[in-house]
Amino acid sequence: MAYSFDFSSLLDYTPVLVDGVVTTVALTAVSTVLGVALGVGGAAARTSTVKPLALVVGAYVELIRNTPFLVQLFFIFFGLPSLGIRLAEWQAAVLAMVINLGAYSTEIIRAGIEATPKGQIEAGASLGMTGPQIFRYVVLGPAMAKIWPALTSQIVIVMLGSSVCSQIAAEELSFAANFIQSRNFRPFEVYFLATALYLALAVGLRWVFSLMGQRMFAKGVSRA
Amino acid sequence: MSPVKTPLVKLSAIRKSFGPVEVLKGVDMAVEEGQVVAMIGRSGSGKSTLLRSINGLERIDGGVIEVDGECVDPGQIDLRALRQKVGMVFQQFNLFPHLTAGENVMLALKVVKKQDKATTRAAAEAALAKVGLGHKFDAYPSQLSGGQQQRVAIARSLAMAPKVLLCDEITSALDPELVAEVLGVVRKLAEEGMTLILVTHEMRFAREVCDRLVFMHGGRIAEQGPPAELFDRPSTPELAQFIGMVEAR
Repeated sequence: MAYSFDFSSLLDYTPVLVDGVVTTVALTAVSTVLGVALGVGGAAARTSTVKPLALVVGAYVELIRNTPFLVQLFFIFFGLPSLGIRLAEWQAAVLAMVINLGAYSTEIIRAGIEATPKGQIEAGASLGMTGPQIFRYVVLGPAMAKIWPALTSQIVIVMLGSSVCSQIAAEELSFAANFIQSRNFRPFEVYFLATALYLALAVGLRWVFSLMGQRMFAKGVSRA
Repeated sequence: MSPVKTPLVKLSAIRKSFGPVEVLKGVDMAVEEGQVVAMIGRSGSGKSTLLRSINGLERIDGGVIEVDGECVDPGQIDLRALRQKVGMVFQQFNLFPHLTAGENVMLALKVVKKQDKATTRAAAEAALAKVGLGHKFDAYPSQLSGGQQQRVAIARSLAMAPKVLLCDEITSALDPELVAEVLGVVRKLAEEGMTLILVTHEMRFAREVCDRLVFMHGGRIAEQGPPAELFDRPSTPELAQFIGMVEAR
């Protein structure tokens, strides 16, 4: 092997990389909050007794889960302008990620909701609670506790999947890496570093979610 | 006490089918305030279904249920007014596992009765003290024995100040040594004048504590009356056989 590694050539591009990491983290954070919220709503709708609502949400979930993320992103960024809806790169990226995570988390959270013992719902009803009150105070907490690890994995997948958003010039970590290697012609070093950064982000994200889970759900449920 | 009272709970011609199987074939029953009524019978006789229809957990196909002026018929959608007058305790306790004993009791006070924090806290402490668990306010259900969990469930119902408490085989899921502590609480409630309707297999308890026994058979009330009378002089062969079976155990 004649190749001599040179990571020092990356130093000049530190600000670009930092911007990329910040953008990836920001995209993931916003998409996670909105996507999980969408998932909670979607799961509530999909398990509701209002059949048309459950069907519409079911169609949305199947549509998103059975098409590629890249195509969804292109549809939003390149397709919607034909309807007069023009979004900035980051807006399109967030929207695509939210819609994508929303669909997957709907399915994940639905599984948690359906694992609720029927007796607990009956107990809530017997106390005079309304359906929405039972959902919020009785069902949702234990459901989220049960599916927290699965949801964490999905969010990591979405974070890693945000690299696809470089294709519409959203300036996240992969975009930064592409940019740098087109300037310094050191693709091995650049992508090696990008890989390490994604790995660190993923491990960090899992760690944060694990801590959050312990904070929120360490009570009662996990011991049960 | 005046001899003529309108019953607190009145069931008229209650019918209920599960698919092709008719489990309640027109049941009439009345329970007056302060009465303690036990429903007995073989499994499948319809006693649990009847109990669960009183607070609308089972939707009846025909008939009318009246509880303290709240009326339920098959078309009824909003059962919340009724359910605030009817407490229910289940075989499987059904405590909310993510909430402490105290939070279990306070939840409905907060979200249904919209009471403020101090009031709910005081009510929950009083309810738990009443079942002998004042010191377990901050314990999670998983940290409590079955008997303690069931007593928390009773406290949770009582805190809502129901007019009548329904108990659906509340000792059936308990280890034998834990049955007494739960029945002790129920006995105390009966002595204090709480209106109770129980589905139970504890025949001795039913005999000692109840004012009236209702023997269900085949979706109908086959026989009812004071416990001593029913146990000593059953007038139907079904009841005689049922008593023979449970006493042989």
